Amino acid sequence: MTKEQRLKKRYSAEKRFKAYGIISVCAALLFVGILVFKVFSEGSGAFVKTAIQLELDLSKEKLNLPEKPTKEDFENIDFYDFAQQHILKIYPAITTKEKKELLTLFSSDFEYEVKDFILSNQNLIGQKVFFKITAASDLDQMHKGNYTRDIPEERRKVSNFQLTIYDFLLKENKISKIFNNYLFSNGDSRNPEIAGIGGAMLGSFFSIIVCLIISFPIALLAAVYLEEFAPKNAFTDFIEININNLAAVPSIVFGLLGLGILLNVFELPRSTSLVGGITLALMTLPRIIIPCRASLKAVPPSIREGALAVGASKVQSVMHHVVPLAMPGTLSGTIIGLAQALGETAPLLLIGMVAFVVQVPGTPMDPSSSLPVQVYLWSESAERGFVEKTSATIMMLLGFLIAMNSIAVYARQKFEKKWI
Amino acid sequence: MDLIMDNKIKIKSNNLNVFYGQKQALFDINLEINQNEVTALIGPSGCGKSTFIRCINRMNDVIDICRMEGQIQIDDKNIYDPGVDVVQLREKVGMVFQKPNPFPKSIYENVSYGPKIHGIGESKDDLDQIVENSLKRAALWNEVKDRLEEPGTSLSGGQQQRLCIARAISVNPEIILMDEPCSALDPIATAKIEELIDELKKTFTIVIVTHSMAQAVRVSQKTGFFHMGKVIEVGTTEQIFKNPTNNMTQDYITGRFG
Ligand SMILES: Nc1ncnc2c1ncn2[C@@H]1O[C@H](COP(=O)(O)OP(=O)(O)OP(=O)(O)O)[C@@H](O)[C@H]1O
Ligand SMILES: [Mg+2]
Repeated sequence: MTKEQRLKKRYSAEKRFKAYGIISVCAALLFVGILVFKVFSEGSGAFVKTAIQLELDLSKEKLNLPEKPTKEDFENIDFYDFAQQHILKIYPAITTKEKKELLTLFSSDFEYEVKDFILSNQNLIGQKVFFKITAASDLDQMHKGNYTRDIPEERRKVSNFQLTIYDFLLKENKISKIFNNYLFSNGDSRNPEIAGIGGAMLGSFFSIIVCLIISFPIALLAAVYLEEFAPKNAFTDFIEININNLAAVPSIVFGLLGLGILLNVFELPRSTSLVGGITLALMTLPRIIIPCRASLKAVPPSIREGALAVGASKVQSVMHHVVPLAMPGTLSGTIIGLAQALGETAPLLLIGMVAFVVQVPGTPMDPSSSLPVQVYLWSESAERGFVEKTSATIMMLLGFLIAMNSIAVYARQKFEKKWI
Repeated sequence: MDLIMDNKIKIKSNNLNVFYGQKQALFDINLEINQNEVTALIGPSGCGKSTFIRCINRMNDVIDICRMEGQIQIDDKNIYDPGVDVVQLREKVGMVFQKPNPFPKSIYENVSYGPKIHGIGESKDDLDQIVENSLKRAALWNEVKDRLEEPGTSLSGGQQQRLCIARAISVNPEIILMDEPCSALDPIATAKIEELIDELKKTFTIVIVTHSMAQAVRVSQKTGFFHMGKVIEVGTTEQIFKNPTNNMTQDYITGRFG
């Protein structure tokens, strides 16, 4: 082979290598693109809900209120009856079946929506007002275009009569899409139109806070001790190997640990984010210790010597110089560890955070769900209304993960100091 | 009277042996270092000069595998006695390293750190005064007085090394150890530091490791020649460089080996 041929061969090899690289990056981007597109196109609908406009007659006789109503009188109003009367007025329904079909176009919670509205707007008593009531999930899906009406009635969720009402309401301009506040304020529910991820978000939030409070200080102290103070001997080598092993243990094993120890031995309350957080902390601990040690190791020894040489004690040299210099690395390692914990499902299933929780948790001691578990729960559910909710939950989860990882990158860049 | 004062022995090593694990790095070192003098240690690479001066402030303590036998006396007290506190010792024995290693903090904090942890400057005014004095004595004050809040790492190499010297003298030590302080510097910065060393020896006892024969001649009064972990010859700098008694010393200073 001549020199020229060899040169040509080398160039083409380099070109080929570059092409392979570009192809694999494109493939990865394509997969991410498909995932994001699917989640967004499915999930974006969940952020709005269909609502039906009603005209409420808030006169005292309709509400059965005396001339000077007291608080008690308001409590005693039969809101169900009141709301039902108004709903039935929207379209002439004659038979019991028709009346029932008309009523089921509305969310099963219509009574409470009307109640909340009246109780918080008592100044409107005596007037006629327009009020938007959340539609039932089937109508919602219909309106969003997720159901086709070109199939026989018995295979449709929406009956012929209901379709007639729907068309009438459309013509009268009484159907609209509004922001779905339930998605963020409510807990889980059997009815898709009132189910929300408020409970799951709070549950996740509490778990991550508990996890942070437990794992960060322990991990940092363990890393500092192992890196700066521990003698190098067989025992510390053994510990080091085990930390690496623990970081690779499947997360479900930590769930078993939480179940066996936290729930069965210490009898902590089941399904709570407290237990979830502790379990996640056990899992996260080794995953934080490793980057913490790496960033401590990256601090040049000359800094330690400089501090020792002016008479700083070992602890002072570590606390005043080494740990602050390692902060960017320890912080970003911690945040990335927490982000992993946020997406963890398996250990939470085992400690009972998979329960059906309607109540939004107020403290870490209340039963709750978490975002990834909510995705798991809803993805199992057959109702069409939960499909978009599942994707919306994934969107929120991804949003939090991206936010946390960006904070990690930012913390690293912001606090990183240059040394020689 | 002056002569006697000048020749007072400040540091004395008695049969010092140092090991790194199984490997012996220093063999029976007996060396005397006079107060208010500059003592230069010369010798080929790996002969144990750094190991020796790191014994004087017990910097080798932090190396797990390092073990020593024998004594080092400062003012006739063995610094390896169990009762000796390393922190107090290092307050008395400052050190400047081969590569400038300022803390990645402000110039002010670099110099005030030592006094602060030893509780020397009580008030902010005291600290300001110490910082100013130390920087002046390190001949750096004029260059940095308007930028004390800037990071020490933003200075040039020579300035950084003088900052490290200021940091070392800020706690008012009696002895300053310098391990090849000029090896990373250009001739102009080197000249400044050598000038500074000459000035500093009035107050401090200085031990300097150097690979430059010329530097040893310029700054030191006494020179020790190390070879393979042993002291081959010690004497006044003039004697060592004008008529060494040992052939190896002769060969080394004339550049025939090392
Ligand atoms: N931390 C250490 N661990 C193991 N051996 C070491 C260590 N430090 C030094 N040594 C060994 O001790 C011997 C003396 O090293 P020392 O650093 O004191 O030499 P030196 O005279 O300062 O050399 P140089 O002029 O290159 O700086 C060398 O053989 C070296 O390999
Ligand atoms: Mg050396």
